[in-house]
Amino acid sequence: MQNANIIPLFVIIPLAAAFLISLIGRYVSLRFTNAISGLACFMLLGFSLYSVYVLQAQGIPALVYKVGGWAIPFGICMVLDGLTAFMLVTVNLVAFFVSIYSLSYMDKYTDRPKFFTLFFLMLTGMNGLIVTGDLFNLFVFLEIASIASYALVAFGTEAEELEASFKYAIMGSVASSFIFIGIAFLYGFTSTLNMADMAQVLNSKPNLWVVPFVTVLFLMGFGLKAAIVPFHAWLPDAHPSAPASISAMLSGVLIKTLGVYAMVRVFFNVLGVSQAVLSMLMFLGALSMLVAVFLAVSQWDLKRLLAYHSISQIGYVILGIGLGTPLGILGGLFHLFNHSVFKSLLFLNSGSIDYAVGTRDLNEMGGLKEKMPLTSSTNLVASMSIAGIPPFNGFFSKLIIIFACLQKGYLGYAVAAVIGSLLTLASFMKVQKYAFLGTLKEKYSQIKEVPLAMQFSMICLAIICILGGLLLLPALKFFLNDAVNVLLEGREYARVVMGLSGR
Amino acid sequence: MAFEQKSGMSLIVKTITRLTVGLILIFGIYIVLHGHLSPGGGFAGGVIIALAFVHLMLAFGKDAVTTRISKEMASNLESIGALMFLVIALIGYFGGSFFLNILSKGTPFELFSSGTIPLSNAAISLKVGVGLFAIFLALVILEGSKREK
Repeated sequence: MQNANIIPLFVIIPLAAAFLISLIGRYVSLRFTNAISGLACFMLLGFSLYSVYVLQAQGIPALVYKVGGWAIPFGICMVLDGLTAFMLVTVNLVAFFVSIYSLSYMDKYTDRPKFFTLFFLMLTGMNGLIVTGDLFNLFVFLEIASIASYALVAFGTEAEELEASFKYAIMGSVASSFIFIGIAFLYGFTSTLNMADMAQVLNSKPNLWVVPFVTVLFLMGFGLKAAIVPFHAWLPDAHPSAPASISAMLSGVLIKTLGVYAMVRVFFNVLGVSQAVLSMLMFLGALSMLVAVFLAVSQWDLKRLLAYHSISQIGYVILGIGLGTPLGILGGLFHLFNHSVFKSLLFLNSGSIDYAVGTRDLNEMGGLKEKMPLTSSTNLVASMSIAGIPPFNGFFSKLIIIFACLQKGYLGYAVAAVIGSLLTLASFMKVQKYAFLGTLKEKYSQIKEVPLAMQFSMICLAIICILGGLLLLPALKFFLNDAVNVLLEGREYARVVMGLSGR
Repeated sequence: MAFEQKSGMSLIVKTITRLTVGLILIFGIYIVLHGHLSPGGGFAGGVIIALAFVHLMLAFGKDAVTTRISKEMASNLESIGALMFLVIALIGYFGGSFFLNILSKGTPFELFSSGTIPLSNAAISLKVGVGLFAIFLALVILEGSKREK
């Protein structure tokens, strides 16, 4: 059980970093603040990769950590299984590169210690939400991450940003209330908050209305957090308003952790999915995929365009997971990983353009390729990935999702996925044409490529985009397969966790 | 409230405040210290302690408090509260399990009992109390800067 000791570190490290920076950030040099944040993110990345290794090397389905030494239904437990490890790697990978990028990018803003405090609080919330095995604890971490993100969206404190943040805070609070009411109903029915214990009680106790009712509440709550289409209105305002590095975190991992991960964890492992829920997920996924991409094509604000694409790509993830077949879930989770990589890269690119040129409007740009070759080429890689052009990672995950649709006989959804992909390609051709190709405007003849730290993050993310497809190789496939198996086992999750906690 | 009266509210309010504010503060500290024995605890006690300062600020004007507790100090104290709480949890982590109560539990219903719980309550009261006070301070400062415009 010694290895389980790494689990709480995913909460301890960012929490300590957050308050340490907030305490001493005002008195020490900027370099020291940078060092703390870089080190903390690096440690988190290291530990999350180590957690994947531990699960694989020991050949066990999960590790369970009992907080405070309390036995399982009474205390809070933390669970590290395949899906957890997968999400931890996704979140901390993006967080690491974003923190490196922020070292230079945040020169544009004042009060860097506050930025890193909020950044690490958001990371605490996300990591905690991923590792926890307790439903109320999940809600607490969800609120930590959400509230930190409301503040980060308003970080620029201009009128537009404050308005977006206010809208986001209202919608986020509505979502949290739905989730909270759902948890209250479940607690009332099962008399337990531990997710594994709750799944066992729901298995043995007959219920007619609780599970469907709570499913609808959670679908609204987590759907709002994930911004799937009927609930998406806040996202196109909130995500572009934040500083670019935070947009990368929000679009890259926050909506997936708070929305998709929490939703599938609760639906698959606690409530148990029925065909009705799966059909609903598929329909909402396909709807977001198409509606958002149509809205995206007509955008001229680069970051807003990217934000609409986040909704559309989340649609792919939900569609894949909603299929409920091993292949579909594999495609959905793989697309989740890929999307977090290329969408954070795209937002970092938009931040670089903003940093060098000072605009987000596509009409204002043009010919940036010759002045910013690196931003341009990494953006090309990310655009091709998101559009699903063969050698890049987005192609493989989209292909798997489309195959999975065909395998189950959903021809319509497969066609919708192809159309969504084509329109994505079209809108990123537009970005390439207006931002990077064409002639350089006279007033931008003095611009320079961005600083080294920003270049480093973009290059690394672009390399992951190119090599991401390799995760499907038999030698590396355990990373995705372990995560898929957790979802496929459904309420068996309870038996796994309860069995391990006995040791 | 007349804004021209720079030093707060009327004499009646000030006198009553002078009499009650100490009681409120002591009551808050009592709630924190007895958090592990009776209803209440760090959060409730912290809020009451913060209200004592808010009360002073309302009655005597913001300068009566801000000269003693500045914005920076409030922010630092808040971080210290959070770090204290984390350190208490970490003591447990290195002693066996995250948040494990490794100190001696003592006799139940004694003031000095139940291990790390009173310490956690103190940390939470610092975090919550100063946090709430800082929110009020921020609102006051914002309101002040709006009036100046």
